[in-house]
Amino acid sequence: MADVKVAPLTEQEKQERKAERRPTVIVDDLHIVYRVYGAASEHEKGNAASALMRIVRRQGRPQMTEVHAVKGVSFVAYHGDAIGVIGRNGSGKSTLLRAIAGLLPPHSGAVYTDGQPSLVGVNAALMRDLTGERNIVLGCYAMGLTQQQVKEKYDDIVDFSGIGKFINLPMRTYSSGMGARLRFAIASAKSHDVMLIDEALATGDREFKRKSQKRIKQMREEAGTVFLVAHNLDVIEETCNRVIWLHDGKIRMDGDPHTVIEAYNNA
Amino acid sequence: MSQPESAVADAQAGGASPLPEEPLAELAARYGLRRAIARPPLGQYLRQLWERRHFIRTYATSRNVSKYSNSALGQLWQVLTPLLNAGVYYVMFGVILGAQNGIPNYPAFLITGIFVFTYTQRSVLGGSRSISSNLGLVRALHFPRGALPIAYTVQELQQLAVSMCVLMVLVVAIPPHETITIAWLLIPVVLLLQTMFNIGAAMAMARVGAMVRDTSQLLPFVMRFWLYASGVFFSIPQKLEKFPEWIQVVMQFNPAATYIELMRDILIESHRPAPYIWPFAIFWAVFGLAAGFWYFWRAEERYGRG
Repeated sequence: MADVKVAPLTEQEKQERKAERRPTVIVDDLHIVYRVYGAASEHEKGNAASALMRIVRRQGRPQMTEVHAVKGVSFVAYHGDAIGVIGRNGSGKSTLLRAIAGLLPPHSGAVYTDGQPSLVGVNAALMRDLTGERNIVLGCYAMGLTQQQVKEKYDDIVDFSGIGKFINLPMRTYSSGMGARLRFAIASAKSHDVMLIDEALATGDREFKRKSQKRIKQMREEAGTVFLVAHNLDVIEETCNRVIWLHDGKIRMDGDPHTVIEAYNNA
Repeated sequence: MSQPESAVADAQAGGASPLPEEPLAELAARYGLRRAIARPPLGQYLRQLWERRHFIRTYATSRNVSKYSNSALGQLWQVLTPLLNAGVYYVMFGVILGAQNGIPNYPAFLITGIFVFTYTQRSVLGGSRSISSNLGLVRALHFPRGALPIAYTVQELQQLAVSMCVLMVLVVAIPPHETITIAWLLIPVVLLLQTMFNIGAAMAMARVGAMVRDTSQLLPFVMRFWLYASGVFFSIPQKLEKFPEWIQVVMQFNPAATYIELMRDILIESHRPAPYIWPFAIFWAVFGLAAGFWYFWRAEERYGRG
């Protein structure tokens, strides 16, 4: 993954880029089908005899259920967009983000991206038994930073996360808010062309929300694209310039935040 | 699951961001956008892995440290674990079952076998879990997935480095005391060859473990069988004395048996080397690494699904 050093853009260049509206993410009729194991069906009994009978009758892998989570989503995202994704639990928001990040292969359709998108999620646990410090170093190395870059960024990440002296304790001792803050701080230490944030800001306190919103704004100005999944609609309305409303794996509405959120609230 | 009419109408009415006229695939091509899921070519993949060398090293070290961080004796277990292992096997096979049957310096013979085999065994077991037990990491960050099985092997190599020191001290300390010879300089060469094979095996098993969910149940039995077939407790040439030599050669072709045999040749003076042992060792290192790497890389874009 090429960690391209982006020269800071002049105001004029920024304007030009915005005017040009270069697409960064194109989602073309995307379908995602999940396989879930261990979901017992009705005539499935969890004992060895029935498992054997199943194999004898060649029914094969009945514990596997297919979930059609995203059903034909298409949209184009441009440089400098901050797109909020809203919808009820189970509407396919997280799945869509993971597909954009290239972490879930599409069942049909395609996702085209400019550069490598990076996903920051609540469950993106690094190593729970290791200290925050170790997690920062490991996370940075995994993103492809060099030793020198890690040294430079380290203090910045600790500061931004606001973890303080807990940095020397294992991550399993962190509260969910602290974990989320650290993960966001690590992921945003590198400049990404496309950044996907899945609920990662939900558990932060007021102060952290303010800081992270500032950082998202900064990323947009650097001509990146940010996707934000959150149940907190205020955050989306303040941060995003476009909102996609997913319902049951399909786009219900796509457009200006105010309009979409109003329609969502009335639904 | 059809969308209600009104929803479609809504989507169009609120369409501040309508889809462009041209087909999206063409638009993507025009702006040089690439598919999010694509396997990099082999050369590029190798370069990406090389860029992650610090990740591999740090990950291996961190795992080794965290493994014992909850115990009272802490990192002392890195030395105690191989020592206790050697003790248990010696009491079982050397004393109670009396498996020596004429093998000179049986303690050294046995402990060498166990340590060398354990390295391959733990690399394979670790490799098979390296993707499936790190799904959080795989789904959160982008990095060449091969870094994980390699890191697990490096972790075992670090553990083996400690074990080898214990082994060398034991071999010299317990009677009949072996002497340190110039051949001991070949130990790193053997370990390098074995590590190459182990990385290949760990990568191959990582793919199997990620795709076939029953691997973790079945693999321990396969490993146990492999342990008994590799001449850890007995000497293969001695057991097969009555059979033609080619059968011995076939048994010795087993990679684990090869590396065990090679290490015994170096450490134990009285040990009689098996035929073709060096060509076998080099063959397994090169073939194992190349085949395992290629097999793992072929599925690069599919890890983390499900």
